[in-house]
Amino acid sequence: MRAPAEKVASPEDLARQLDSTGYLADEGLAVSAYLALRMGRPLFCEGEPGTGKTSLAVALAEALDLPLVRLQCHEGIDAAQALYDWDFPRQLLHLRTLEAASAGTLDPDAAERSLYTERFLLTRPLLRALTESPCVLLVDEIDRADDEFEAFLLQLLDENAVTIPELGEIRAAVPPLVVLTSNRTREVHDALKRRCLYLWVDHPDLEREVAILRRRLPGIDETLARQVTRAVHVLREMELLKPPGVAETLDWARALLELDRTVLDAATASATLGAVLKYREDLARVARAGLDRLVAG
Amino acid sequence: MHTASPSGGALVGLIGFTRALAAAGLPVAPDATAAFVTAVTELDLADPGHLYWAGRATLCHNPDDLARYDLAFESWFGGTVPTHPGLTAESQPKLSHIAALAEAATAGSDEAAPDLQVAADETEVLRHRDIAELTPAERAHLDELIATLRPRPPMRAALRVRPSRRGPVDPRRTLRAMLSAGGEPVRPSHHRKATRPRRVVLLVDVSGSMSPYADALLRFAHVVTRANPSGTEVFSLGTRLTRLSRALRARDPEIALAGAGRAVPDWAGGTRLGETLQAFLDRWGRRGLARGAVVVVFSDGWERGDPSLLAEQMAQLRRLAHAVLWVNPHAGVDGYQPVQSGISAALPHIDRLLAGHSLATLQALLEEVHRA
Repeated sequence: MRAPAEKVASPEDLARQLDSTGYLADEGLAVSAYLALRMGRPLFCEGEPGTGKTSLAVALAEALDLPLVRLQCHEGIDAAQALYDWDFPRQLLHLRTLEAASAGTLDPDAAERSLYTERFLLTRPLLRALTESPCVLLVDEIDRADDEFEAFLLQLLDENAVTIPELGEIRAAVPPLVVLTSNRTREVHDALKRRCLYLWVDHPDLEREVAILRRRLPGIDETLARQVTRAVHVLREMELLKPPGVAETLDWARALLELDRTVLDAATASATLGAVLKYREDLARVARAGLDRLVAG
Repeated sequence: MHTASPSGGALVGLIGFTRALAAAGLPVAPDATAAFVTAVTELDLADPGHLYWAGRATLCHNPDDLARYDLAFESWFGGTVPTHPGLTAESQPKLSHIAALAEAATAGSDEAAPDLQVAADETEVLRHRDIAELTPAERAHLDELIATLRPRPPMRAALRVRPSRRGPVDPRRTLRAMLSAGGEPVRPSHHRKATRPRRVVLLVDVSGSMSPYADALLRFAHVVTRANPSGTEVFSLGTRLTRLSRALRARDPEIALAGAGRAVPDWAGGTRLGETLQAFLDRWGRRGLARGAVVVVFSDGWERGDPSLLAEQMAQLRRLAHAVLWVNPHAGVDGYQPVQSGISAALPHIDRLLAGHSLATLQALLEEVHRA
């Protein structure tokens, strides 16, 4: 088994491999991801929603030809949901079957041993990442989880191993490439950040975004891609409640393609603006400012 | 690809850079320095871009660090940094002193303050006195009284359940009990939703008209923060928004207040409530900080900006938060009418308008927050 770090020779090489999967990485991103691979450290991505933090992990998995294991964090997530759990109903059923089959001559020790085997272990994403490694482990929206979970994750990332009392230690043969994302709804603890490489992901500039659009939507022509991207950049300047991200740009372009439009005019923009803006106040503000501003130029 | 670790001169240069960063206000822990050096050995040192990004990934931990990092990098290694648009000069912390505040507070009482004979009934009287009218000695006594407040955070239902006598049947514990009883049915176990503290967000107006109260309110904010450090967020409003939560987490009130004083660049300045509230909602609130939280705004509602913007932002805030309380020190005065442009704009979007001019009213506020 080749460690994933050996598959790339330099940041430029990694950028090329990401490019081949349809993910356009700038220099900072390529260097940070390359270092994460070489140094075996988790990559901590922060940034506005819709700037491609999650898709970076997906693209890394594809580029390095590794399985992707995804853990979506939420409030109240705990070890049983993230690491492993025992399948109690099946264990119970198993015990009943043994009892019935043995007709009263059941050996209690053997029965108990048979209960705590991997057969009845429900592996959750973190344990799966350790057993399936090498892989890319995406811990999505870590800022939504609680402090206690962060501490637990910290321990796991440090040791790349976990101990299940009934089974013993499970250690990853090769440490997984870990990508953590955060939308900054809450400050993640410094102890966790200290162990990671930090990457701030920003909205791409106009040229890069046009390139992303053309890469992701092969059917789109240059003028429309440029028009949509410029309109989105105007929107981002407009002090909206939720400035559109790259994901919204893609959605909008896709919507226009579905409608067989080749140019973005005010009427079309007004009809499809729902793909980009998700707040009534934002729609009203854009309507007040005039849709012509969006499609001009 | 592996080069040997940087020798002599290069190593000194790299470590010197981390010192320069520390001098620029971005402290670097020893393990971060080690990570930086390791990162550099993995890369092509001749490429200044690589060096820049290696440092940025290993030495920065926060978007607020980035501007300072760029500055230090530029002055240490020279050349221009491949910086991103949109994130430069976001917030250059300016030094300001809490002294300005103390000055404003004592300006009205120049004559030598009579020694205060503190007795129980005086304390009781002090509890109800308007903070703005206190002498420095009374103020010092009040500070001690504020430190004795014991806030209880508001609670919300958690996702997790916890064993309980009543409530729905807990299949897992019941099955476990059955398992140990050899599969025989046993008395069912029950569980219930656990409770967790709800987040509390305090927005303190530090503009000129609020300056007699600002010091006491920040002390109050410190007490609330200490009661539940991870679940309390404090921001100052004025001409700009400043996050004070981190500074106020310090245990010692004097250190915490000095830290907050250094962080706020706009003590006793003007008020642009609408704009700063918008900044709060855009950068923090909507992303989750205000979601489901109890938000308390401390302000007298004197708004220099456009009141319609404030109304719009308050409506936003009301939709995000669990409860919005507005504390106005002047609301405690007899004959008070909420007619200031700001407060009349905000009034339709708040749950309660409370007074906050004395210790007793602050205590009442704590009760309101707990019950919210």
